[in-house]
Amino acid sequence: MTDLNPRWHPRIMWRWLMAPIDVPLLSLAALLMLAGLVMVGSAAPERLNSQLLNMMVALVVMRLVAQLPPQRLMHLAPPIYVIGIVLLIAVALFGDISKGARRWLDLQVTRVQPSEMMKIAVPLMLAWFFQKRETLPRLRDHAVAALFLLVPTALIARQPDLGTAILVFAAGFYVIFLAGLPWKVMAGLAITGAAAAPLAWNLLHDYQRARILTLLDPEKDPLGKGFHIIQSTIAIGAGGLLGKGWGQGTQAQLEFIPERHTDFIFAVLSEEFGLLGNLVLLVLYALLIGRGLMIAANAPTLFARLLAGAITMIFFTYAFVNMGMVSGILPVVGVPLPFISYGGTALVTLFLGIGILMSIHRNRMLVQK
Amino acid sequence: MQIDNAADDLGRFTGRLTFAGAFVLLCFGALFLRFLWLQVVQHDYYQTRAEDNRIALVPILPNRGLIADRNGMVLARNFSAYTLEIMPNKLHGGLDAAIDSLAGVVDIQPRDRRRFKKLLEETRTIESLPIRTHLADEEVARFVAQRYRFPGFEVRARLFRDYPRGSFGSHLLGYISRLSDKDVEKIEQREQEANYRGTHHFGKSGLEQRYEFDLHGVTGFEQVEVDAGGRAVRVLARTPPTAGNNLRLTIDAGLQEVAENAFGERRGALVAIEPATGGILALVSMPNFDPNLFVDGIAGQDWDELNNSPDKPMVNRALNGAYPPGSTFKPFMALAALTAGKRTPEQTIADPGFFRFGNHTFRDDKKGGHGLVDMYKSIVVSCDTYYYQLANDLGIDGIAGFMGQLGLGQRTGIDIAGESEGVLPSQEWKKKRFKKPEQQKWYAGETISIGIGQGYNAYTPVQLAQATATLANDGVMFRPHLVQYVEDARTGEKRYIEPRPIRTLPLRQADIDVIKHAMIGVNKEGTGARAFAGAEYVSAGKTGTAQVFSYKGVEHKTEHMQAHLRDHALFIAFAPADKPTIALAVLVENGGFGARAAAPIARQVLDYHLLGKRARTPAPVDATAEEEAE
Repeated sequence: MTDLNPRWHPRIMWRWLMAPIDVPLLSLAALLMLAGLVMVGSAAPERLNSQLLNMMVALVVMRLVAQLPPQRLMHLAPPIYVIGIVLLIAVALFGDISKGARRWLDLQVTRVQPSEMMKIAVPLMLAWFFQKRETLPRLRDHAVAALFLLVPTALIARQPDLGTAILVFAAGFYVIFLAGLPWKVMAGLAITGAAAAPLAWNLLHDYQRARILTLLDPEKDPLGKGFHIIQSTIAIGAGGLLGKGWGQGTQAQLEFIPERHTDFIFAVLSEEFGLLGNLVLLVLYALLIGRGLMIAANAPTLFARLLAGAITMIFFTYAFVNMGMVSGILPVVGVPLPFISYGGTALVTLFLGIGILMSIHRNRMLVQK
Repeated sequence: MQIDNAADDLGRFTGRLTFAGAFVLLCFGALFLRFLWLQVVQHDYYQTRAEDNRIALVPILPNRGLIADRNGMVLARNFSAYTLEIMPNKLHGGLDAAIDSLAGVVDIQPRDRRRFKKLLEETRTIESLPIRTHLADEEVARFVAQRYRFPGFEVRARLFRDYPRGSFGSHLLGYISRLSDKDVEKIEQREQEANYRGTHHFGKSGLEQRYEFDLHGVTGFEQVEVDAGGRAVRVLARTPPTAGNNLRLTIDAGLQEVAENAFGERRGALVAIEPATGGILALVSMPNFDPNLFVDGIAGQDWDELNNSPDKPMVNRALNGAYPPGSTFKPFMALAALTAGKRTPEQTIADPGFFRFGNHTFRDDKKGGHGLVDMYKSIVVSCDTYYYQLANDLGIDGIAGFMGQLGLGQRTGIDIAGESEGVLPSQEWKKKRFKKPEQQKWYAGETISIGIGQGYNAYTPVQLAQATATLANDGVMFRPHLVQYVEDARTGEKRYIEPRPIRTLPLRQADIDVIKHAMIGVNKEGTGARAFAGAEYVSAGKTGTAQVFSYKGVEHKTEHMQAHLRDHALFIAFAPADKPTIALAVLVENGGFGARAAAPIARQVLDYHLLGKRARTPAPVDATAEEEAE
């Protein structure tokens, strides 16, 4: 059967499949996912199959998005953003309550968490906005951009979902920053922010305040709110230089670490693979981020540059906030460890970002101004 | 221009991107430093904390030491039984609802429920508390089959203290019951907290209390790996417990039983001592109680019954009750007179039946008197007049000085708690006892009735028994004790409670022999003759009847009034007279004349001790005993 239609020849198919793929980016993401599988295998082996499935879905999403040219993404930006805002308002009005927060929208067919899509929709929208301005953005443009950013952030923070709100805000802020928000303005905002901190404190929910207080002194409430941080810190410290070995961490295996296959999986990794494991992880993240920033630097349009830069920095934010909270230097917010924590939603969002980066990279030469 | 703009744009963008990259490295650097701090610098600390998390020490309770009589008969032991326990903090829903759900599986009586709630209030523990003890096998089987339905409940095998002979010897054995805050203080004083981890019981009275730290044993530990829920995953190491030391008593269970039975329904006390050692052969306080009631925490109703009974079964009369000695005091008075040189055995008085002191007349029981009375006769017929005079001649401080040497009016130091001092009256005592100056003065007239064992003086049965034993032992006084030796359960090594002579009284043997001879006469031809008629051994004794002025601690209820105002009957004795192996003091509360009520009890006890005769019925009351005999 050599006269098979050449289109279906495996090698051709493979080339078609790999055409939009950036191999360094995919390799790094794959290594991280492998680490994730190893850790889920230790913390919650019964969820391995389900996590593998999540990864398949995420990879398919990545491949599909990588196929889309950046221009298409740009056209899609405003409608996606608008739909996102509408859904967020719908959640606020009709959303399901789960664990004390209103985050899910029941669409009969499926339940969606609109805040998740805003992690991509907001930078997409802002990048689109700055691209439309074309000229050097004025202060007024930054103000409008800020509005685009703050509306969804506020809606998500009200759900309340501080973790996602921080990620969405960060994603949008990176776009504005990369677009050239003057340093003076940033300094001014920082000062105003510091001055307004007491006011913000009053707007926080009790549990959010408690988390911040817990961070400052976790031992004060060792069986209550401080338990997560104390136990994860113990796990990290007990890991030592080389760790106790896979499946050997007593903090993890005896269930002292809460949520050990999701948000606190880093504590398991630290306990079982030690400082060396952490260093490898940091290097993998640094390389992934480096590759992302390189793609941003080489991107042809302002839209692509801003989007690629922002998405890359979201990866950083995920990783830093998660490791920071698990090791007790940041308050506990619901942010998973990217590519490693168990869970499909975050994985799909992450690979959506990877797919966009790949699309931008593939099209770096096509549109030159 | 546009190109410049674009180049500018790109330049600025690259700059911002570089800044972002630097920021990323900075943050990751900070994280790395944090990891370095936790995993290298602080590693040992966190390693220890992880181990502390992981490893729990679970105490394994030791078997409590056994208590056995001098012949090895076990009087207190342990047995294993299933208990149903509740971990209050793991219950789902309310306590009552949870208990209700057990219906048809384990039988829970309203009484069990009340007791559990009381326990829950009293105990500040997060550990499990028993709601039912002594589960039947079928109940255990039913529960285990459906245990998933009962979160917070568990069945455990626990060791229980058991007093196999019920109320037998309850006042000397005492009992254990659930730890109280006071007990915890004692444990802390002894720095035994670690050893008492997991222990819920503590000796509350008697030997169980006094020898608590001997009986308890050394708690063992199991090092268990636990998960965050506290569930044991596996055992890492085990240090077995060491059983508590066994007590071997000087008590003769047979004798104790005979003595208890001899009392029948009567209230009173008996203390029998081996004169040569001070070892106590029997220590009886009647009525007694069942110490088994206390082991699992006594039910309110039982407690009320024991506490509110007018018969006061919880009072250890042998140690805690102080009674005027009545005429049992006379042999000691006579000995005091001989020792002080105030009388010779031959010296006689003519007894007119009364003794006049100032303008007060002290009467003898026998109208017209006993005629010519020497020392022998004074004891045998129990002549009061003789002792009125003698008391006057000795003076109160002379009497107090001599009786104090015999141990009267002082705690004997017996090895169980709850002893009272009694009252040995003297000028000094009165000064201390009363506040008003006119009451503090001792009047010579008050000395007279002391001579016949009335008035202020009051001694505990154990003091009387000790004094009798000292006399029997020719003046060598031993501390009375209940424990012969403490046996190490593991090595079998025995730690003897050495017979400890307290002192040897400065007495002349000839004087002692005079008194002994007179006391033999009591049982042969005097007030004790009826009770000891036909005895196959020679015994020495003395009857006594003590007037009840007021009996402290008992509220006089009308229906009991009559009975509680009757005189107390007393008897002291030792035998065989030439080489005594037993000395005793008997007291029957409101028993009337000593010859009637107390002497027959002594007879049964001596018969058993010397002949092995076991009486099957309570000692008879000799209704025909002459009233004037006292």
